[in-house]
Amino acid sequence: MLWRVWKQVQLRRSNFGPALLLSLVMLLAACGGGGGSQANTASCSSVNRLNGGGSTFDNPLFSKMFVQYANVGCHVHVNYQSIGSGAGINNLLQNIVDFGATDSPMKDADLAKSKNGPIIHIPVTLGTEAIIYNLPGISSQKLKLTGPIIADIYLGNSKYWDDSAIKQINLDLSLPHTPISVVHRSDGSGTTAIFTHYLADVSPDWKSKIGSGTTVAWPTGVGGKGNEGVAGQVQGTTGAIGYTELAYAVNNNINYAQIKNKVGNFLSPSLDGGKEAAANVTDIPDDLRFFITNADADKAYPISGFSWVIVYQNQSNAIKGQALADLLWWMVHDGQQYSAPLTYAPLPDAIVKKDEAKIKLLKCGNSSCYKG
Amino acid sequence: MNRFIRLKGIQGIRLGDLIFRGMTLMSVFIVITIVVGITWILVADSMPMIQQAGFNFLIRQDFDPVHDIYGVLPAIYGTLVTSAFALIFAIPVGVGTAIFLVEYCPHRLRIPLAFFADLLAAVPSVVFGLWGFLILARWLQHTGQPWLQQHLGFLPFFKGPPLGVGILAAGMVLTIMILPLIVAVSREVMLTVPCSQREALLALGATRWEVIRHTVLPLSRVGIFGGIILALGRALGETMAVTMVIGNQATKPSLSLFDTGYTLSSVIANQFGEATPGLFLSALVEAGLVVFLITMITNILARVLISRLGPRYAPGVKV
Repeated sequence: MLWRVWKQVQLRRSNFGPALLLSLVMLLAACGGGGGSQANTASCSSVNRLNGGGSTFDNPLFSKMFVQYANVGCHVHVNYQSIGSGAGINNLLQNIVDFGATDSPMKDADLAKSKNGPIIHIPVTLGTEAIIYNLPGISSQKLKLTGPIIADIYLGNSKYWDDSAIKQINLDLSLPHTPISVVHRSDGSGTTAIFTHYLADVSPDWKSKIGSGTTVAWPTGVGGKGNEGVAGQVQGTTGAIGYTELAYAVNNNINYAQIKNKVGNFLSPSLDGGKEAAANVTDIPDDLRFFITNADADKAYPISGFSWVIVYQNQSNAIKGQALADLLWWMVHDGQQYSAPLTYAPLPDAIVKKDEAKIKLLKCGNSSCYKG
Repeated sequence: MNRFIRLKGIQGIRLGDLIFRGMTLMSVFIVITIVVGITWILVADSMPMIQQAGFNFLIRQDFDPVHDIYGVLPAIYGTLVTSAFALIFAIPVGVGTAIFLVEYCPHRLRIPLAFFADLLAAVPSVVFGLWGFLILARWLQHTGQPWLQQHLGFLPFFKGPPLGVGILAAGMVLTIMILPLIVAVSREVMLTVPCSQREALLALGATRWEVIRHTVLPLSRVGIFGGIILALGRALGETMAVTMVIGNQATKPSLSLFDTGYTLSSVIANQFGEATPGLFLSALVEAGLVVFLITMITNILARVLISRLGPRYAPGVKV
């Protein structure tokens, strides 16, 4: 492994001279080209740099989006720091960033702390989570689970895999009398927010005792840091159960379960399932702060959720506000094409429509920031 | 302080001296300002939490951002237990290694062996964490812990299911991390023991062991102790490696080393990114303040101990 890295370094080094020359030429070309296209798009604002920060979950998608965004339209460079959702909220409140990104919507108490007027939530992408397990002899997507069973496991009530409730819906499997080893995230994360929100939806017990949030007081289990920490612990422990983002489970060949949705169908996690959940959610609140866990539709996978970009409605700097509105507009439209390859679910049309209305609400002085 | 006053008394002080004195004085001020600044920020930012919960913060067991209830008793316990575990195993091995390197090791081997021990200190903590998580914890889970349970399961230290990660794994990783500190400091101190002392005892017919027991160890006791304090400081504050192997689950403090645990610094490392402004953030800062205080108290205790040890460190011998 190390050897390979060293080899690459050497290769790179040998190409360093020509590469430097090439990049210089490209830079010059880009500068020249930039001026040209600026003339073409008269509506470009003079701002060419925007700063954002927050959710680590969004980071792979945002990185891809922002690299692409620098090449289109007004060539605005977006500097995104994946410092965690909480820090993203903090930085927006302190006016350090132009936009924040968070995996769980801001609480009313946090919104009240804003010194620059109302904050708008704009859903930008969708995540789907897999319940992963390690049971020798039971391959991926064979195990079936329901919300109440998962809640009981995470509450510490169901202790063995041959628990009668689990056996009942997995008659075709021979479940061993192995203790269930519960694994959860130790760090605060949007993944946990969606997961605990789902548990609170399906289990009154969970809702009253534990509740939901980016971090909760877990009654049992082992905490792993990050998706890799959870996955590593599950893979190393016979009888373990955990939850990770779908992409992580798929890319690392970890077994994951089928989950019963609200309608009663057992579904494997999928991008379509997540999108279906988002498309079929009823009574969406005006401020778009909502969860789509346990959605009521045939093919809706129940453990999915949004991630939001948060911005101030009243943009003090009109030029920046315009650039920001353009960026957000692009993210919910053209930017969505980068979702699926990175295992994020693209936004359904109904949500995009609502996002458009929100983006148009951004105020630069007396007019809307978005000039369309 | 005395020296400054004396310098002031001298007429016609040289410019170079004056500048140098100014520079050193400034360095001292920088250090003091940093320490005071850190303390100030820690105290100021943890004020909301202190006012809300007071002493309860230290004795509550749940750290629950959902209900805005914060307590760090399991984390304090975890911090102290993992550090104590590490010291218990690192001190004999570390001092033993140093004795071997200084007293028994053939000259030709001394430098390469010492180099290996020092190399251990240069490994970044996240590498220890990765090793701990991917190799040590897996080994403990499948081999180490079942063995302990089978042969020593009657002891209260080895109860519960073998999870791999937990207090035991964290303690072992810390042991390895602080070992090089103890070895390096002890070795350097032992090397300063004058040869005349050793020769004197040998001339009186003492064995190798008696030389070590009556000369080397008493003369280097203070230095070794200083190394141990350095090591303890590292163990108390270590964040990344511990976070990766301790299991990060606040359980009721128990004697079992198989239990998962939490340390103060791993609470901060885990939660800081997603902490929302308000009580949650304040609780994390207060956790930082608690680590700071624990480190300070252990340091003060250590200094008191050293000063007790100091005057009598070489009974009957003038150095």
